[in-house]
Amino acid sequence: MKYVDEFRDAELIRKTSEEIHRLVDPNRKYRFMEVCGGHTFSIFRFGIQNLLPGNIELVHGPGCPVCVLPMGRMDDGLTIAQQKNVIFTAFGDVMRVPGRKGSPLELRAKGADIRMIYSPLDALKIAVDHPDRKVVLFAIGFETTAPSTALTLLRARDLNVSNFFVFSNHVLILPAIRAILDSPDMRIDGFLGPGHVSAVIGARPYEFITKHYNKPLVISGFEPLDLLQSILMLVKQLKEGRCEVENQYSRVVPWEGNVPALNAMNKVFEVRPFFEWRGLGFITQSALKLRSEFSQWDAEVHFEVEGVRVTDPKAAQCGEVLKGVLRPHQCKLFGKECTPEHPVGALMVSSEGACAAYYHHVHLRQAVGE
Amino acid sequence: MTTTKIHFTDDHIGLAHGAGGKASRRLIEGLLVPYLVDGAPTELNDAAYLDVNGSRLAVTADSFVVKPLVFPGGSIGELAVNGTVNDLAMGGAKSLALLSTLILEAGLATSELEREVAAMARAAQRAGVSVVGGDTKVVEHGKADGMFITTAGIGLTDPRVHLSGQNVRPGDQVILSGPIGDHGITVLLARGELDLEADLTSDTRPLWPFVSALIDAAAPGLRWMRDPTRGGVATALNELARDAKVAVVLDEEAIPVRSTVRGACEILGMDPLHIANEGQFLAIVSPDYADVALESITRTPGGEGARRIGEIQEAPKRVVLARSRYGGTRVVDMLVGDPLPRIC
Repeated sequence: MKYVDEFRDAELIRKTSEEIHRLVDPNRKYRFMEVCGGHTFSIFRFGIQNLLPGNIELVHGPGCPVCVLPMGRMDDGLTIAQQKNVIFTAFGDVMRVPGRKGSPLELRAKGADIRMIYSPLDALKIAVDHPDRKVVLFAIGFETTAPSTALTLLRARDLNVSNFFVFSNHVLILPAIRAILDSPDMRIDGFLGPGHVSAVIGARPYEFITKHYNKPLVISGFEPLDLLQSILMLVKQLKEGRCEVENQYSRVVPWEGNVPALNAMNKVFEVRPFFEWRGLGFITQSALKLRSEFSQWDAEVHFEVEGVRVTDPKAAQCGEVLKGVLRPHQCKLFGKECTPEHPVGALMVSSEGACAAYYHHVHLRQAVGE
Repeated sequence: MTTTKIHFTDDHIGLAHGAGGKASRRLIEGLLVPYLVDGAPTELNDAAYLDVNGSRLAVTADSFVVKPLVFPGGSIGELAVNGTVNDLAMGGAKSLALLSTLILEAGLATSELEREVAAMARAAQRAGVSVVGGDTKVVEHGKADGMFITTAGIGLTDPRVHLSGQNVRPGDQVILSGPIGDHGITVLLARGELDLEADLTSDTRPLWPFVSALIDAAAPGLRWMRDPTRGGVATALNELARDAKVAVVLDEEAIPVRSTVRGACEILGMDPLHIANEGQFLAIVSPDYADVALESITRTPGGEGARRIGEIQEAPKRVVLARSRYGGTRVVDMLVGDPLPRIC
């Protein structure tokens, strides 16, 4: 596959890994946070950590939209799903997110009409095909998926579809990174910048991280060679005393971002004054809601959502894991009450969640006696 | 009467309990086996064995609820025969006879029923087995997706083999009969829920010709076989690792996957190792028989894609690992629930 196989070239990967080993300072530790859940998934899938020197630790950040979704939002969504005449649609990963009364999959097993979709347009098509039903899209994701939700809403307006509603949980990546940087227990030396989000927002918005917080950031692709090259670029920056935003993923990420996508988002969404993030608490101006011109498609307006707040189980330490303070297996519930099959915290739900990835990896860690 | 110990705590049955992964195993081990099976079985196989007058009979039953009924390369009728004869073949048994139960939805077109019965007949003929009886029920419209089929089979086990996870030893080789994921991805695409098209057909076929050749060539070294249907290769090998208390170490590079399947999995965020197959099998063979075993499969028509994909190791026990071509290692877990695509 073009643009994939080249970035899985064994020889290049070996050479890049050797170069990292050659350049690291053996007398210090490096803690790099990959912000994006897609990176977390790739790091475990390709066994990237095994290719790195022991003094480089990859910290898994808050960039998995499922993982930062507060339980209260899931409960609000499922309350709508259980109303008469509603077809509730959600992306695959959302289907296993636990609310207080179960996950969408569990509710579906009990008879609610909950359908898995692959694109927001699938939900709109269901609405067009079922004019007598109210079709709700449980929209989730960072700037990666927000443009497709926005374009779907613009299409709904153009087609005059009145039985389609969006329950927006879209969040923004920069406030989350800022919250981590402002956290008193933050111990990160550099960031692997998200690939897909950056394809929309570009590279420039990250400059505050290098200028105000003095942390280097390299936007990375998702293939093993991408990740290793990006880690090498971070090591080089630290070695040379530089602190810059660099774009390793330039084949996909334009420096100024994707203007049509940003325009579509701006047409449809406005920034919420504040929004709750699982594990990170309330973050100001960190999420998107529908503008008032689109209120007739806004599920939060149409269904009078209660706005439930649910505190995470006391023993779950998702927040510390998200901020890189704790490693997943150091959480009290890890692997006991909280497993991929019965997730207590959302980091265990998605394949991009740090805890789910660690859960599979922990056998290996034990095997090598770590 | 002794009290049955139940370890299944889920309040409701969800689709994951039928997906062939972790939830399925919990249901079977936690609720079904304690009630229905005398004594704790050491391993769960696709077929059960009955010793009758010096012969070892294998018996199995399997249900088919595939949607859509017809997909490129096959249909529910063909699956209902092949799936059952293959469960017997994995125990080293040649099928003798099948029983077939049809559950039909009121409103099903007779032409569709006839098409599937004809497909069953063709598949049975190809597999060299007869359908000797069965039952038919009709349920109200809306209570079944056209038709469900349950097939039971009985076969005669070849006396030269005794297949069990308990026989597996470190150093044994893992052989896979051909490219994986064709069936699962074909059915997924045939549902029309994705705007993806691929030139791909289901791999449904009877496996006995390969098994027969394998037994002739390598019976003394043949330890264990499994056709990795729901839950895919990853789930089948995890069950083996758990039952045999060994590590299964795969060479990721050696696992045959068609580029269309690989591409669909990349797009959907799925692992080909978790995707269902209906015409492939895994065999664990002792190292001294591995070459002749592989050769016996590749020499059988349709077996050209067989490969040696890994080996059994002492540790880490109960784990399946995959080594990538660039030195990374990952744990390959059983399927959790239905394979869900990642969202970004």
